[in-house]
Amino acid sequence: MNVICCLKQVPNTAEVKIDPETNTLIRAGVESITNPYDTVALEAGLIIKDKYGGTVTAISMGPPQAEEILREAIALGADEGILLSDRAFAGADTLATSYTLAKAIQQLERPAPVDLVLCGKQAIDGDTAQVGPGIATRLGYGQFTYVAEIREIDEAKRRITVKRKVEGGFEVIRGPLPAVLTVELDLAKPRRASLPRLIYSLRTGITLWNAETIHGDPQRLGLKGSPTWVKKIFSPPLKQGGPVFDARKEPRRAVEDCLNILLADEMFAWHFLKRWER
Amino acid sequence: MREQFDVAIVGAGPAGISAAHVLGGRGIKTIVFERGEYPGAKNISGGVLYGHDLARILPDFREKGCPIERNIVESRLWYLSNDGGYSVAFRDRAFCDRLFLNAFTVGRARFDRWFAEQTKEKGILVVCSTVVTDLLRDARGQVIGVMTDRPEGDVKARVVLLADGINSALAAKTGFRPEPNPHDVALAVKDVIELPEELINERFNVETGQGVTTEIIGEITEGMDGVAVIYTNRNSLSVCIGANLSDFVKSRVKPYEMLERLKEHPMVAPLIRGGQSKEYMAHWVAEGGYDSIPGLSGNGYLIAGDSGMLFNALHREGSNMAMTSGRFAAEAIVEAFDKGDFSSNGLAGYLERLDGSYIMEDLKKYRGFGKFRLEHHELFTTLPRLHSFAAREMLTVDGVSKKEKQRIIWKAIRKEISTGKMIRLFRHGWGSIK
Ligand SMILES: Cc1cc2nc3c(=O)[nH]c(=O)nc-3n(C[C@H](O)[C@H](O)[C@H](O)COP(=O)(O)OP(=O)(O)OC[C@H]3O[C@@H](n4cnc5c(N)ncnc54)[C@H](O)[C@@H]3O)c2cc1C
Ligand SMILES: Cc1cc2nc3c(=O)[nH]c(=O)nc-3n(C[C@H](O)[C@H](O)[C@H](O)COP(=O)(O)OP(=O)(O)OC[C@H]3O[C@@H](n4cnc5c(N)ncnc54)[C@H](O)[C@@H]3O)c2cc1C
Repeated sequence: MNVICCLKQVPNTAEVKIDPETNTLIRAGVESITNPYDTVALEAGLIIKDKYGGTVTAISMGPPQAEEILREAIALGADEGILLSDRAFAGADTLATSYTLAKAIQQLERPAPVDLVLCGKQAIDGDTAQVGPGIATRLGYGQFTYVAEIREIDEAKRRITVKRKVEGGFEVIRGPLPAVLTVELDLAKPRRASLPRLIYSLRTGITLWNAETIHGDPQRLGLKGSPTWVKKIFSPPLKQGGPVFDARKEPRRAVEDCLNILLADEMFAWHFLKRWER
Repeated sequence: MREQFDVAIVGAGPAGISAAHVLGGRGIKTIVFERGEYPGAKNISGGVLYGHDLARILPDFREKGCPIERNIVESRLWYLSNDGGYSVAFRDRAFCDRLFLNAFTVGRARFDRWFAEQTKEKGILVVCSTVVTDLLRDARGQVIGVMTDRPEGDVKARVVLLADGINSALAAKTGFRPEPNPHDVALAVKDVIELPEELINERFNVETGQGVTTEIIGEITEGMDGVAVIYTNRNSLSVCIGANLSDFVKSRVKPYEMLERLKEHPMVAPLIRGGQSKEYMAHWVAEGGYDSIPGLSGNGYLIAGDSGMLFNALHREGSNMAMTSGRFAAEAIVEAFDKGDFSSNGLAGYLERLDGSYIMEDLKKYRGFGKFRLEHHELFTTLPRLHSFAAREMLTVDGVSKKEKQRIIWKAIRKEISTGKMIRLFRHGWGSIK
């Protein structure tokens, strides 16, 4: 299996605060991390490699510092890290990002066909969940979003079976390879790098690709290729009010009152019962 | 298969990284292990470093982008009661030109990272997020490598340098350094308070780039043997207070509450007003001095920096001793390679260098200082109160004659401290630092 994992470097949003005046992210002093969903995508790729053999290639589009997350990927077991970094890529929205990543993957298809592209379900900063599907569309691959489990890969018949999250439950579907998967956090638990791999990753180089290497159309890259423009960013006001149940004196009563109100809501009651059944 | 290194260093603090610089420069294959996500991630320090010791390792540290916050031009000493206190300050033009960067503040998280980064070009491997859990030994007990908490986590090394700081579980595991006695460590808490650069310049009466250190003792440590400091960074102040661990155990004072009370002190509050707390941290300080220093070398290993209790509590010099002891350790290791002898004999150059340097001289000179403080708690209770009372009395204009005031002051002093005790205090105090 030839697997490509798309990794995005994101600010650790657990630490990010929003400037109340300008409504922009305060990024200063915030550590960068690999998008948590993408660490799961990488782990899934490594598990596939352990089971079926083949290669795992990690790619990321970002500034030169993004090299760090690719090095980490190599420490964990990726065979190669490719950084797409070029002034021309800067300011990309989801359209331009998917285009750039898709062009890079096309380059990787040359020596050997790609079987799987693994992405996170979404990036914790941009949060659009569009890049994975965008790549699939451009490459003409099948797409499986919100994947919570990879059930089976049939190499001979070239097809994959996955369990994916849908509204109110799960769905098991099968489709042909090559495919793009976007993964949920519960798909796999990222491993810890072994010491020899970690040392290897510190000694090895990261491959650097620019707009020319991927034969990108300058009009479709970066800011130029991004029709999205941000009109305004704001934090939604916190929801105020709502009923308060004082549990200090009669906790039983408070819980009952609370449940009565919740169960009066049909949708809630329905979901609750569904869960109960399972 | 375990990879064989020449040297494995535990800890990417000033001691470990200084050694790595020297070893890398001599082409010795070295690996450094750091438990933090990056060097400095686990470090706090009031943040004063010393140019002299750093320059011996990286002469062009400024050109290489050392993240300097402010060059210290003035040192203040405060002796405080709960309501006020004395201030002595010394400033000299020399610290701006001839002695530029004699002392300067850094953020340790940034400095340690930068310092480690500089070893890369010398071929040093710095492996982070990795805890050294134990040492590998051969049948004769010679240290021959380290074990880490990673899968396949052992590496072999001819020499292991323990530069793992004061708070390392490794000391107990190896038995090289007994668990420090509560008398020999202090617990310090620190708050970094953000303020605009210009406001700090104004409040401390300095130009841009210049800084002030303030060392504080007195009633602020609530009767415990301790000290507080305020250091100026570019756009923040480090406010830090600590006390001897044995005193904390006895008094049950909560360190964070003590820090909060310090921040409300009339001498401190105006300096930090309007600032925002950015980080809050706690750390141990190796205070035991000369008599708490463990055996610093053995077959296949050396100990440097805080891990070896090399800290001068009176002058809050620790980072410089860490850097220089790290350098000495590396130089001794180079000699051991020349001789091909990694036993404590082959590594003897380390102790020789330490003994011949300011490090052991200073630590010997102040060896009684910790004991003196612990035996004279009045330094942190009655004395600052009486001192303040005396000054306040003399400065109050209320129709009472100065002679009468002096009488009142002497009476108050004698009521609380006998003359004999006073004489003992001075004698012991002088004896502990002379
Ligand atoms: C309205 C809007 C305006 C924006 N404006 C700007 C702007 O002006 N300037 C700017 O720099 N950014 C801007 N961004 C951010 C940028 O467009 C997105 O971060 C980027 O296109 C990826 O989208 P996402 O973060 O939503 O990723 P998602 O679609 O949520 O990510 C899904 C998965 O795709 C993969 N992936 C995503 N990005 C990458 C990558 N770079 N490399 C490798 N894999 C990746 C990962 O596997 C990830 O888990 C904007 C975003 C939005 C929503
Ligand atoms: C609040 C405070 C203020 C101070 N102010 C000053 C000052 O102003 N000036 C001054 O000179 N000194 C000051 N000091 C002292 C100074 O911080 C220390 O003396 C100095 O940091 C010692 O350096 P080191 O390299 O020996 O140890 P450290 O700086 O403690 O570094 C040890 C490193 O080893 C790592 N480590 C520990 N165990 C392991 C393990 N098992 N595996 C892997 N890694 C490990 C740690 O994470 C750490 O990064 C202060 C200390 C404190 C607590």
